[in-house]
Amino acid sequence: MSAAAGATIDAVVDQVDIVADQVVSLVLRRADGRPFQPWQPGAHIDVHVGDGLVRQYSLCSSPDTLDHLRIGVLHVPDSRGGSKAVHALLAGTPLTISEPRNNFPMRESRRYLFIAGGIGITPLIPMLEAAEAAGKEWTLVYGGRSRNTMAFAQQLEDRYGPDRIRIIAEDEVGRLDLDQILGMPRAHMLVYACGPGGLLGAVEERCMGWPPGALHTERFVASTLGAAAANAPFEVELARTGTTVTVPNDKTILEAVEEVGVRVLSSCRGGLCGTCETPIISGEPEHRDAVLSEEDREAGEVMLVCVSRAAAGCPRLVLDL
Amino acid sequence: MTVTTHEANVLGEDPFETANLLDPYPFLGRLRDAGAVSYLESTGSYAVAGYQEVYEVLTDFETYISSGGLGPRDIRKDSGWRPPSILESDPPIHTVMRRALTGVINPSTVRALREPFTPPAVELTEQLAQRRTFDAITDLAEKYPLRVFPDAVGIPDVGREHLLPYGNMVFNAFGPENYIFKQAFAQGDEHAAAVMRNCQRENLDDVGFGAQIWKRVEDGLITEQQATLLVRALLSAGVDTTIFGIGNTLSVLARYPEAWAQLRDNPKLAKFAVDEALRLESPFQKFHRTVAVDTVLGGVHLPAGAKVLVFLGAANRDPRKWGENADEFDLNRNASGHVAFGMGLHQCVGQPIARLEMEIVLQQLLQRVATIEPDGAPVPILHNVLRGFESLPVRITAA
Repeated sequence: MSAAAGATIDAVVDQVDIVADQVVSLVLRRADGRPFQPWQPGAHIDVHVGDGLVRQYSLCSSPDTLDHLRIGVLHVPDSRGGSKAVHALLAGTPLTISEPRNNFPMRESRRYLFIAGGIGITPLIPMLEAAEAAGKEWTLVYGGRSRNTMAFAQQLEDRYGPDRIRIIAEDEVGRLDLDQILGMPRAHMLVYACGPGGLLGAVEERCMGWPPGALHTERFVASTLGAAAANAPFEVELARTGTTVTVPNDKTILEAVEEVGVRVLSSCRGGLCGTCETPIISGEPEHRDAVLSEEDREAGEVMLVCVSRAAAGCPRLVLDL
Repeated sequence: MTVTTHEANVLGEDPFETANLLDPYPFLGRLRDAGAVSYLESTGSYAVAGYQEVYEVLTDFETYISSGGLGPRDIRKDSGWRPPSILESDPPIHTVMRRALTGVINPSTVRALREPFTPPAVELTEQLAQRRTFDAITDLAEKYPLRVFPDAVGIPDVGREHLLPYGNMVFNAFGPENYIFKQAFAQGDEHAAAVMRNCQRENLDDVGFGAQIWKRVEDGLITEQQATLLVRALLSAGVDTTIFGIGNTLSVLARYPEAWAQLRDNPKLAKFAVDEALRLESPFQKFHRTVAVDTVLGGVHLPAGAKVLVFLGAANRDPRKWGENADEFDLNRNASGHVAFGMGLHQCVGQPIARLEMEIVLQQLLQRVATIEPDGAPVPILHNVLRGFESLPVRITAA
């Protein structure tokens, strides 16, 4: 379980909509009626779901409207209570949340390819809007089990048209054909993918044929499906240097460490080249790179500090820096 | 949209002239100052030497394609001297080969090499530390990669003597067919045949990178011919460049005694020293791309089919990117972003192996050598596209 980070906000559930089979969308407003702080596509909030549980949910409303926030939540039968508690909420219920934070920022590029698996669509929705507003060349490939489980699919198709939005329902046309989708790398195109680990693993494998740094992913943790991965600030102790730095939500370990003047060799800064691989002395990492093998991930002896972070429930990493 | 264009500045100077190869930097400075894009009369190609334009050409792999070959000729029209390598391919052919290679050479497979790569470096540096003078090229830089890299690929001992001459052919062919090219190709068939033999499945051991690449054939990811070409790519790209990387790093450090002292105090900085040295003295100085569709770069119209000569080594010394001291070695500089390994889609896959070899050699040398300084003038190598030294005499004091 991730620790609550920073100040909390008293919010109210303003609206509850069933947007797909097992998926609800909640519209949240501040209890004091004030607007939320500005946020960027890819951001999420912490939601205190009761019994000390905190879950992260990606924002799928528009960053242009700060009077409310919208999240989409998939009900997971075997989850440890997060999604169940959220599904039980009714309009008018008070709810404690955090201000929006961003660990999945959208970087400037000429072209974008968005890949969503199931509820992984949520953080991508504001990205589509931003790409469209900036006149970028973009497409979304959105895969799910069947159309009735795929939240926001119809609205997106209606809004942007079938050329931009490709809905791939498994019961109609089968699974996402990643060889076809990713078999032809494009110059100056970034790939943003969000969904379950199996899909992201397959996307990462194919993106090995893309330029280093092209792929950006947000991985869902199984226990909090429907939520972004653990995103609390954490501390990193630099064993050789003898200092400790706090890594806030909007910075990578690499950035935080460089800010205090400690040097780490890096190249792609996107989890793809492995140059910044750093030995871990203690603590549990959450690997977000595309290069370490399964054995490496399990061994937990090294991590790529340009993208990977501390795991949920691990407030402190000690690194050989 | 209307784009205002102007003619490229026409340059009469030849980058492949002997004097410009032996000491490239004065010419590269003039080329950078001539404008964003120049036209070289000598090769009939356009040239980019500023960081911004070099970066653009490297990253826009749809406009500046590789399948025309890295030399001045367009190998699509006029077939090359060998079947095209991964370097000479575009997506989607490039994509499956790159995926296979990245699956084989990655941080975990390279991390495992530190152990076998260390003892030969210990042995070599121990011997050299007992001498007062040695040649950093022939006694060290040329010896080390040849001891460790062919083993990592898993090729037999027989035929290893062909690796350096073959690499010399491959890289010199990225320049014009001048006397240097002809010299490199004098016994070309023999070297090429020997290297190709070592790329075959039956001639590779069962554990090296070569065998791992061939496993991708069983997985159905690549064809047998592609596997052969990928092993060939490793063998041709992985030896010379690393030798030059080690040699160039030592050539720089011999001139900067304060940096050597700083590194002795803090050997952890070795990899930063290597990175900064690669920026300053980039082994792979230049190659060509081919313009796929009419385009505009730096205000200059480039027609489809034109060749663009990309000067990596000049981009790495562009003062607009690196500041006024771009021509100086600065151990405290953040050299990340340099293009010594290329950038983008075709960025060197072997980069982590090369970095590992260079770091190990430097760290072992730092342990045993208190001071290092030039012992006479270094002899630059005469090469169309690589920058390095034939000989680099140094005088040392043992630690």
